[in-house]
Amino acid sequence: MKMSGADLIIHLIERQGIKTLAGIPGGSNLPLYDALARHGSIRHVLARHEQGAGFIAQGMARVTGRPQVCFATSGPGATNLLTAIADARLDSIPLVCITGQVPRAMIGTDAFQEVDTYGMSVPITKHNFLVRSAQELFQVIPTAFRIAASGRPGPVLIDVPKDVQCEEIEFAAWPNPGLPASPPALDFNSIAAAAALINDASRPVFLLGGGVTASERHAIRGQIERTAIPAAATLMGLSALPSEQSLALGLLGMHGAVSTNLSFEECDLVIAAGVRFNDRTTGRLKHFCSQAKIIHVDIDRCEIGKLCQTCLGLVGDVGQVLEALLPLVKTRAASAWTKRIAKLKALHPLPASNPGDFPSPRTLIRLVAEHLDDRAIIVTDVGQHQMWTAQTFPFRGSQQWLTSGGLGTMGFGIPAAIGAALAAPERTIVSFSGDGSAMMNLQELATAVEENANIKIFLMNNNSLGLVRQQQSLFFGNRRFASGFSRQPDFCALARSFGMPAWDLGDEDPRLKIAEALGTPGPALIHAPIQEADVFPIVPPGEANRNMIQGGCHAHIAI
Amino acid sequence: MPTSPSDVSNDATIHQPFTILELTVANHPGVLSHICNLFARRAFNLEGVLCMPVGDGDESRIWLRVRENSRLDQLLNQIAKLWDVRKIRRGRTDSRLFRQLEDFFRTECSGKDNNRI
Repeated sequence: MKMSGADLIIHLIERQGIKTLAGIPGGSNLPLYDALARHGSIRHVLARHEQGAGFIAQGMARVTGRPQVCFATSGPGATNLLTAIADARLDSIPLVCITGQVPRAMIGTDAFQEVDTYGMSVPITKHNFLVRSAQELFQVIPTAFRIAASGRPGPVLIDVPKDVQCEEIEFAAWPNPGLPASPPALDFNSIAAAAALINDASRPVFLLGGGVTASERHAIRGQIERTAIPAAATLMGLSALPSEQSLALGLLGMHGAVSTNLSFEECDLVIAAGVRFNDRTTGRLKHFCSQAKIIHVDIDRCEIGKLCQTCLGLVGDVGQVLEALLPLVKTRAASAWTKRIAKLKALHPLPASNPGDFPSPRTLIRLVAEHLDDRAIIVTDVGQHQMWTAQTFPFRGSQQWLTSGGLGTMGFGIPAAIGAALAAPERTIVSFSGDGSAMMNLQELATAVEENANIKIFLMNNNSLGLVRQQQSLFFGNRRFASGFSRQPDFCALARSFGMPAWDLGDEDPRLKIAEALGTPGPALIHAPIQEADVFPIVPPGEANRNMIQGGCHAHIAI
Repeated sequence: MPTSPSDVSNDATIHQPFTILELTVANHPGVLSHICNLFARRAFNLEGVLCMPVGDGDESRIWLRVRENSRLDQLLNQIAKLWDVRKIRRGRTDSRLFRQLEDFFRTECSGKDNNRI
């Protein structure tokens, strides 16, 4: 067979099972786009900004758990993609990003739209390639998919000079698609030791992270509940367990419930699964779980002992390890510990969600949740709305939760929701957003309409960068600066100008409009003006999780 | 009680002895930048770098002289995770390697051709 580098790329990614990809064409990747057009059987989603393309691919990858692809041209195309790549790296999302590059002979000459894409992507990718010949593609493309999906997933970037895309080569056979490597073998001695530690503990808790939701979690979900050990989650792991049961502790850390953070102060054993002890979760590390031993399960060996001294580290696929471990853990009877948890929850409920005082964000979130089935996908942007949703949304069934956890990228929500809708067209995608975040990738409304993506964007509008304003008010002497918007667009009119139906919840009873919007197939924007409010509780940055500020009086919780 | 093994504030690196890391890596133009990036972003000084192709040129060996430090273990774990790094050995290289280089270095650098661009 004889084929150009560009045709090879398209065939090789199709052999990896790619049916849809997102991207934007430009000078240096036009051969690739020409090959895509001639090939005809891969659906291309034209984003309006490369960052949007990156997050659309992320949305697909977060929903399917498999590597997804985005295309960008050289120079600004590649630099625009970087934020979405860095975001994927911190949240361990498998991506294969293919960028065009200036022809080989022009690399290093400061040619038009030339940047050092390889050099810039080194610290934010799991691995990256600069392809030096069409022949190398046989190796590079399958390897990229293998790396992206193996072990702890992550983004891989492949930079392909334009002349490599055009180079024709002869070849005899296709290489095998790149498949994920087998996870590390289980260490049954350590697993038995972990079970013994758990069975001997008197005040154990689970801490579930993104590694749990990324793994095959359904088998272990029932097992975790069966042990009757209280379970909290990091921001990334929130959908791992149903929210509304007596031993579910919800979010831990900076915006965790008081009862959750206090439970971790008092526990004597933490079984941390698929977490990386980020500062937003642990607060001041020195004081995190100061009475507790830690068992840490993670597929990435580097994470064991990186921040917290663990008494036992189990390296492996979190789902597999828990599947082997949990049957060895006894079911706990009601105890002083479970009574203590119940008491803490009763003493320190989250700030009330009063249906009467609409529009309150928590009320809105609960109303929306009531309308969703067990397979809905919940997406957020970044900011106050994200924390309210993390604290309030009642997860159940096999609902999925997509949020920018590690990088905290405003602008994540709209394109990630589009990606989710492309990957799961039969499911309802709800994206909670804020006016600050929505404006950061608003151009993707056009993509959503063009693709008729079934996304419902609930835009909570407080005319400000709410979390910034909150921190200025709490920690910078209430000197509010550059956190409020004095001029705002009419978001409903704006959505309609893109061809997207819009509802304004305004002051009236919102129930009807929410039902109507959710019942209308295709994309929709629901504008919800909200009052100025703070996210409570909050642990001041850098402080221990026991130092929570709670409620309007800003009273510190004392223990 | 969990405490941080990588406490940057207690970093009395300058008084720590040298150790030599020996990495076997895939030989291509980007590999050194992957490795140096890990050191650079953690503000971890390299006190000596030597890199040569080995065998038929498919692989290279990189010798790095660094100061012993509490953060070194984590750094080595991160290096081991790099796709292009095939083998790591720590503290098993003859220390004369860099000492002899140092002699060569001093002679060269004290010479008259010390022009800068």
